[in-house]
Amino acid sequence: MSKQAPPDAEEADEPETTQSPVTTGSESVIRALENEGVEAAFGVQGGAIMPVYDALYHSDIRHVTMAHEQGAAHAADAFSVVRNEPGVCLATSGPGATNLVTGIADANMDSDGLLALTGQVPSDMVGSDAFQETDTTGVTAPITKHNYFASDADTVGDTVGEALALADEGRPGPTLVDLPKDVTLGETDAEPGPAAPPETTRPQYVADEGDVQTAADAIEAAERPLLLFGGGVIKADATGEARAFARDYEIPVVTTMPGIGSFPEDDDLCLSWAGMHGTGYANMAITHTDLLIAVGTRFDDRLTGGIDTFAPEAEVIHVDIDPAEISKNVYADYPLVGDAGIVIDQLDDAINTAPEADEWREQVQTWKDEYPMDYATPDDEPLKPQFVVEVLDEATSDEAIVTTGVGQHQMWAAQYWTYREPRTWVSSHGLGTMGYGLPAAIGARIAADDDQEVVCVDGDGSFLMTIQELSVAVREELDITVAVLNNEYIGMVRQWQDAFFEGRRMAAEYNWCPEFDKLAEAFGARGFRVDDYDEVADTVEEALEYDGPSVIDFHIDPAENVYPMVPSGGANGQFALTDDQL
Amino acid sequence: MSSDDDLPKHGLQGPAPEERPHPEGRRNSQGIRIDPEAEAEHEPRRAVISALVEDDPGVLSRVSGLFSRRQFNIESLTVGPTTVENHSRITMVVEEPDPGIDQIEKQLAKLKPVISVGELDADAVRTELVLLKVEGDDPDKVHAVTEMYDGQTLDAGPRTITVQLTGDEQKIDDAIDAFRQFGIIEIARTGYTALARGDQATVPGEKPGTADEPTQPTNAQ
Repeated sequence: MSKQAPPDAEEADEPETTQSPVTTGSESVIRALENEGVEAAFGVQGGAIMPVYDALYHSDIRHVTMAHEQGAAHAADAFSVVRNEPGVCLATSGPGATNLVTGIADANMDSDGLLALTGQVPSDMVGSDAFQETDTTGVTAPITKHNYFASDADTVGDTVGEALALADEGRPGPTLVDLPKDVTLGETDAEPGPAAPPETTRPQYVADEGDVQTAADAIEAAERPLLLFGGGVIKADATGEARAFARDYEIPVVTTMPGIGSFPEDDDLCLSWAGMHGTGYANMAITHTDLLIAVGTRFDDRLTGGIDTFAPEAEVIHVDIDPAEISKNVYADYPLVGDAGIVIDQLDDAINTAPEADEWREQVQTWKDEYPMDYATPDDEPLKPQFVVEVLDEATSDEAIVTTGVGQHQMWAAQYWTYREPRTWVSSHGLGTMGYGLPAAIGARIAADDDQEVVCVDGDGSFLMTIQELSVAVREELDITVAVLNNEYIGMVRQWQDAFFEGRRMAAEYNWCPEFDKLAEAFGARGFRVDDYDEVADTVEEALEYDGPSVIDFHIDPAENVYPMVPSGGANGQFALTDDQL
Repeated sequence: MSSDDDLPKHGLQGPAPEERPHPEGRRNSQGIRIDPEAEAEHEPRRAVISALVEDDPGVLSRVSGLFSRRQFNIESLTVGPTTVENHSRITMVVEEPDPGIDQIEKQLAKLKPVISVGELDADAVRTELVLLKVEGDDPDKVHAVTEMYDGQTLDAGPRTITVQLTGDEQKIDDAIDAFRQFGIIEIARTGYTALARGDQATVPGEKPGTADEPTQPTNAQ
């Protein structure tokens, strides 16, 4: 293409600068992303992906260089959760690609839309154990919806478009395109066509009307109905339908952890989330319901506890867009395959009278009074983590986004922060990836509105796993606040060791961690340390006000355990409230 | 928060587990509520599953990887081309309880290269091929048994004879028993390949008799 413009070109009244035509495979890759409105991508450079980065050079897509590829995958994952559209991450071949694996597996478990683009050695070297060669499609096949090995510069743009569309279609999830260097460097003028998911993966959006009617009849007849909203309600953008349904028929609501925010937790009908560390009242309700109306959940074992005692009195209506989730873990008496919002509307149309459940609603309120989440704050004990979470919640808006790592701090952040809006809770659920919180905060910050605060509630162990990403937050001047609930333990393991391994705290002590406030300053972020109750509110305020990344190292009670707790495989109704009940 | 003196220093208040009402009901390991009318655990049964797939690179590893990572019990798997270019048919024999068979079909259907998948009826046409290499000491008798089972001799040398037999599993098992007297040296069995009987479609959406037309993907479970 000629760079010489006609003399009057600058004066010409052209509406928009048209994109220059595609000349290489990598330009076609980037064009496919641009065509679909991709705004941001997270990644790390490297040999085999260099042609793709070269094509990004002239693109308006915001690229955020991460410190480690795992951080790139988590940041893209969190971007996806907050925006409800696939996040994009890039990595080179070999170690770049394998470093993405944890983040891809995390996205797969939590049904987060994610497109991973990985460099690969040139096609003619594949299989020769070339430098930085890994069988990336082989490694990631079990943890993606589908992955692609690009074989042709002329079609690589279409392949990327298809992979992006597939990541978002139906039940979202990760996809990957492996890009050999000869394909991305290869000459082509083929512009990618409109992105479309493959023909063979089309989901069913509308449930069978007959099945809907039978389920609706069951709802009308239920005496102890309970709604269970999973992450699918949020993914399907169905919180409006879900909230209206619960309120119109006055059916109490329990959520799963990924479903946090689907229903306002301060609503009288809401019992918060159920499962291993769910509220006592949620677990009582799920144990005694006679009709569980589950929407967009896969009945993870952390939710169900032992299957034998899960909702043992209940018929189950299961709404899910993935037919394979129906009766996978819990048998569905009323299977409804379809989109959460559409099926809830279908049910609404099919129901004539609300279930008569006054007694049940009273019972549920009684449980709320019987099992409050109140905790003690004795003067002679160290700072309680629950208090820190409540102060953070009060100091931020309803739209503030919380990201977490995995462990005790995650549970306290989920229990003691009152979530009211979807996509404000960003966590690693199914895979349970320690280290998710900080890179997720970076992805969430890029995705969120400017007036939404982004708070990473982290643990000392989790923070240390991906702490290098703090350099990214500093470089990009990202306004995030990291609140480390530091108990100098890998706390959830310590809790289990005390409960189930007679207190043998093998490899659980983390008193060797660096001083996080000083480390934060070394990175160029603001650092704070808090040991006492009277410092909490002021420090939180100062950190939130600081327009950039800040870290507060809260030294909390190392003996504090997470309750309620349903022991692994136990009955939800048997949750322990204190150490001696385990 | 609360500074109430009634609160435990650690943990939460509320009735202890033994003070709470606990329902009587239970579910079995398949997540099905057990009540007097309902069946208890499903027993495993054998099923022949047919899948029409796009001939993507790696399709076989995607299918076999699915079976191993989800711990589906698979007895055999055969794969081969169809009359439609870039379409292959995979025939699998699995042994699982009904919910497991249902899961296999649904999980297979989720794989991008899988166009359509279904379980074959009990009356489906199914056959298996076996190659048997036996000691060549008594060629006449080997020949006679081969004839009895409608087999063919593929190779006969001074020390070994290799025969080919086809049929259902029972017939192949019987034949192998009959050949034991000669001393079996090696066996290679293919496992079942199968088609639906008559004008039924082998997988949902497939159009037998118009084999050169690509099958439309279905969401049939």
